[in-house]
Order: sequence, then C-alpha cells, then structure tokens
Amino acid sequence: MVAQISAGDTAWILVCCSLVLLMTPALAFFYGGMVRRKNVLSTLTLSYIFMSLIGVQWVLYGYSLAFGSDISGLIGGLNFLGFQGVGAQPNAAYAKTIPHELFASFQMMFAVITPALITGAFVERVKFKSFLLFSLLWATLVYDPLAHWVWGQGGWLKEMGVLDFAGGTVVHIAAGFSALAFALVIGPRKGHGSVPMEPNNIPLTVLGTGLLWVGWFGFNAGSALAATGIAVNALVTTNTSAATAGLVWMLLSSLDGRASTLGIATGMVVGLAAVTPACGYVTPLGAMAIGAVAAPLSYYAMRFRERRKLDESLDVWACHGMASSWGTIATGLFATVAVNAEGANGLFFGNPGQLGIQIMAVIVTIVFSFGMTYVLAKVLNMSIGLRVSPMEEEVGLDISSHGERSYS
Amino acid sequence: MLKKIEAIIREDKVNDVREALNDIGIVGMNMFEVRGHGRQGGIQLVGRAGTYQVNMLPKIQINVVLNKRNLDAAVEAILKSAYTGETGDGIIFVTPVEDVIRVRTRERGPEAMMYPGDIDEKKKK
Repeated sequence: MVAQISAGDTAWILVCCSLVLLMTPALAFFYGGMVRRKNVLSTLTLSYIFMSLIGVQWVLYGYSLAFGSDISGLIGGLNFLGFQGVGAQPNAAYAKTIPHELFASFQMMFAVITPALITGAFVERVKFKSFLLFSLLWATLVYDPLAHWVWGQGGWLKEMGVLDFAGGTVVHIAAGFSALAFALVIGPRKGHGSVPMEPNNIPLTVLGTGLLWVGWFGFNAGSALAATGIAVNALVTTNTSAATAGLVWMLLSSLDGRASTLGIATGMVVGLAAVTPACGYVTPLGAMAIGAVAAPLSYYAMRFRERRKLDESLDVWACHGMASSWGTIATGLFATVAVNAEGANGLFFGNPGQLGIQIMAVIVTIVFSFGMTYVLAKVLNMSIGLRVSPMEEEVGLDISSHGERSYS
Repeated sequence: MLKKIEAIIREDKVNDVREALNDIGIVGMNMFEVRGHGRQGGIQLVGRAGTYQVNMLPKIQINVVLNKRNLDAAVEAILKSAYTGETGDGIIFVTPVEDVIRVRTRERGPEAMMYPGDIDEKKKK
C-alpha cells in the first residue's frame, strides 16, 4: 500500500529542516562574539565543522543507531546504514505524512547542533584534533543512544512515557552536562580569574541570538512533524518562554546596576532551551511560567559556577543543562492533553505520575551524558591531550590551530 | 630648545583639545589610542550574570613637539580644554627633544616646525 504524503506537512518540515540547520551557524556566532578576539575563528569553526562531521556521520550510521530497528531498548540496528531504506515513503513509526528521508534529515540537524553546543565549555584552549575525535565519539556513543532511548521506536525512555517534544533531554541536558564534565577535565584557560577576558564582539552574539530564536521555531514547532495546531502551539509556547525569560533576565541584570545587552540575549536563549521539551504539551501561560523560572535558575547557576572558579567558559551547563532540566521537569507539571492528546497530563492537571517519569528522565540523561563525557575526555586527555600548549593558547587558536587572523 | 608634550586625555576631549591648540596656533600634532589608568583605577562593566572589573581604560595620547618658548601656552590650552573635574582627566608629560626634521624639505630644527599663521607668527604680529 502506498502511503500518501501530505504536501503541507512536507513543505513545512522541509522549511524546519533548513531553519534548524541555520541554528548551527547562529550558535557559532552566538559563541564567537563572546570569546577573545584571537580565538574568534576557532570558536566559529568548532560549531561550523559539525555541519560536515555529522552531515557525514549521520548518513553513514548515526541515523541508523538512533532510529534503526531497536535492540533491547538501548540502541538502533544497522538497517538504515547509508540511509538505505530511508526514502520517499513515510516511516509510519516516526512520521506518517512526510517522506522518511525528510524525517531523517530533520533529525540530522538536531544531531549537528547538539555537539556544537558543548564546544562552549572548552573554547580558547582545546586541541583541534582531539576535539574532532572527541566529537565523533560523543556523537556515536552518547547522542545516538540517547536519541534512541527518547525518540527511537522501542527506546526505553520512550516506552516509559517520557515527554520530550523537541529535545530537552537529548539536546540541552546532554550538551549542558557533557560540557560540565569536559570543563572539569580540560581545566581553565590560562589566566582565568586574573586576566580580563572580555567578549570581543557582542553584536555577533546578539545577531546569533536572533537567528537562534527564529531557528528554534523550526526546532520546536517542527518537532510536531506536521503542519498542525500542535505545531502552532509549539511555536507560540517557544516564543512566549523566550520573551518571558528575556524580560526576567533583564530585571536580574539591572540589579547589577544596568541591564546588559549580553544578559538580555542570554535570557532569551535560556527561555528557548527551557521550553524545548515542553513546547508541544503546555499552554502559552505554562510556557510563561517555564521561562520565568528558567531565567533566575540559569542566572544563579552561572554565578555559582563563577564562585566555584570553574572555567566552563560559555556557561553551557547553566544555560542549557540547568534550564532544560527545569523545562523537562516542568513538562511533568504543566503538560495537558487539552493541548496535545498524544501527550499526557502533568501534576497540575491531575497526574502526578508524569512528574516522576520526567524527573527520572532528567536524572538518567544527566548521569549518562556526564559520565560518558567524563570518561571520554579523561581517556583522550591521558592519551593525546585535550589542550594546546601554553604558547599556542597565548598566541590564540586562530593563528595556532588554523593559521589565520580574523581581523587583519 | 625643543620640547615634546605627551598629553594623555579623555577620548571625548580630543576635539576640544585639538581646537584649543589650533586656536593658539599650534597645528602639528599626532595622537594614538592608549589604555591605562592612574588614580582612577578601573570601572565596573556588566556581564551576562554579574559585573566584572576593567582596569585598563581607553584614553587618547596627543603628542606635540614645539619650541620651549611656546610650551606654557600649549600646556595651558590643553589643561583648560581637557578638564572635567572628575578623576580620569589625564596627565601631561614634558620631555626634551633632540632634533626635528621635515621630510619633504629636509629642514632641521625650529624651521622644520614652522607653518604659515602658526603660534610664532602670531606672536610676532
């Protein structure tokens, strides 16, 4: 029987696929503006390279490991190697009304940006070759299994009823806590704490924020995998959470004397990260609450990290790890079948059980991503080393890793 | 006797100082951006979450080489135009200069610094 694809759904998800891809360059600029001038190109490249690295890995075997036929609920099989069997026909298990190949490509963009998020932890000092090897291993051993657990047919977290609409666990919690683990292993930048490390180009960061927000509509609303009311709901909740978190961060920042532009932009991103697991299950008012709580949570997580003198340089843990942990748990509070009949009710709608499932998913993701990353980083550090030499770090990675100057 | 004035002043006072020096007939000068501080210490900027200290502040250094007899007039003009009353107004160093040579004409000494309508001509009038 030939299944019919929906032109509307397919057109929409094609657009979303493009929007999410755009988020990786957006992230590159978001990060790039915050480092010192001598490391701008390096920081951009750490994100950009994933469009190539995962663009190849995903087609070769990544998609298969994540979404292939299930093995004990833990990992996918090799039936989709090289995208074989991934064609114009819909895959009824994942998306009934769009080509399977489109679903796989849409998912690829998530696989591209997730490891790129982690790079914020180790900018300005990581050795490029070690970073490439780590990234490939992380994508294969952490992302692909985790995606299978939460979204893959037969994945054990999915079977348990975890609600994660667009990747709070798979993308943000995983990236955030992996960043934390990596930062603990690689150590701080030379001079961290005593040498000033001002952002070199905040306009770049703000530009990245705007592109991320728009791209996030593809990320969140696209996860409906169809052009439906649920997709619209996801777009609205995404927007509302970002807006609210931006305002709250602005208020918090003004308590420091003046509200910084960088702070407001950061607040918006935090709101976006927090609502990602919830967006297709909660109401706009629920999203407002999620964004409003995410802002101070990430804000004080950042301050905590600074007090502990941990150089997790661009606060991936605070902004993505912690915000989305809250968002995933909040899904267990605010989810309602009135918004999405295929979801579930949360605590505030009479179903306390969902909260327990969500908390468990958060804990599992944290332990798995942190643990695996810590081990990977440690092994790589002991064998090939994670850092450049002090001299290379002093000169700047643009010159020492890439032989280039960003601004001549 | 040639002297060099190195006047480190606020960035936003550059035009005022330039005009004040032009008004008394001192035309030749160059300037560049420096960072530093004296007693001003630094300032606090606001980051993503919390504030941070910036100690080396951007200032402008204006260099003027002139005849010793014009030194007091020039210094007075700079002091008047660069002043705000807040800490961070800047500082002036005066040093001796060995020689001055104009590239185009190879004139040496005080002649190399003369322009039509400059301070020495004004004094003669």
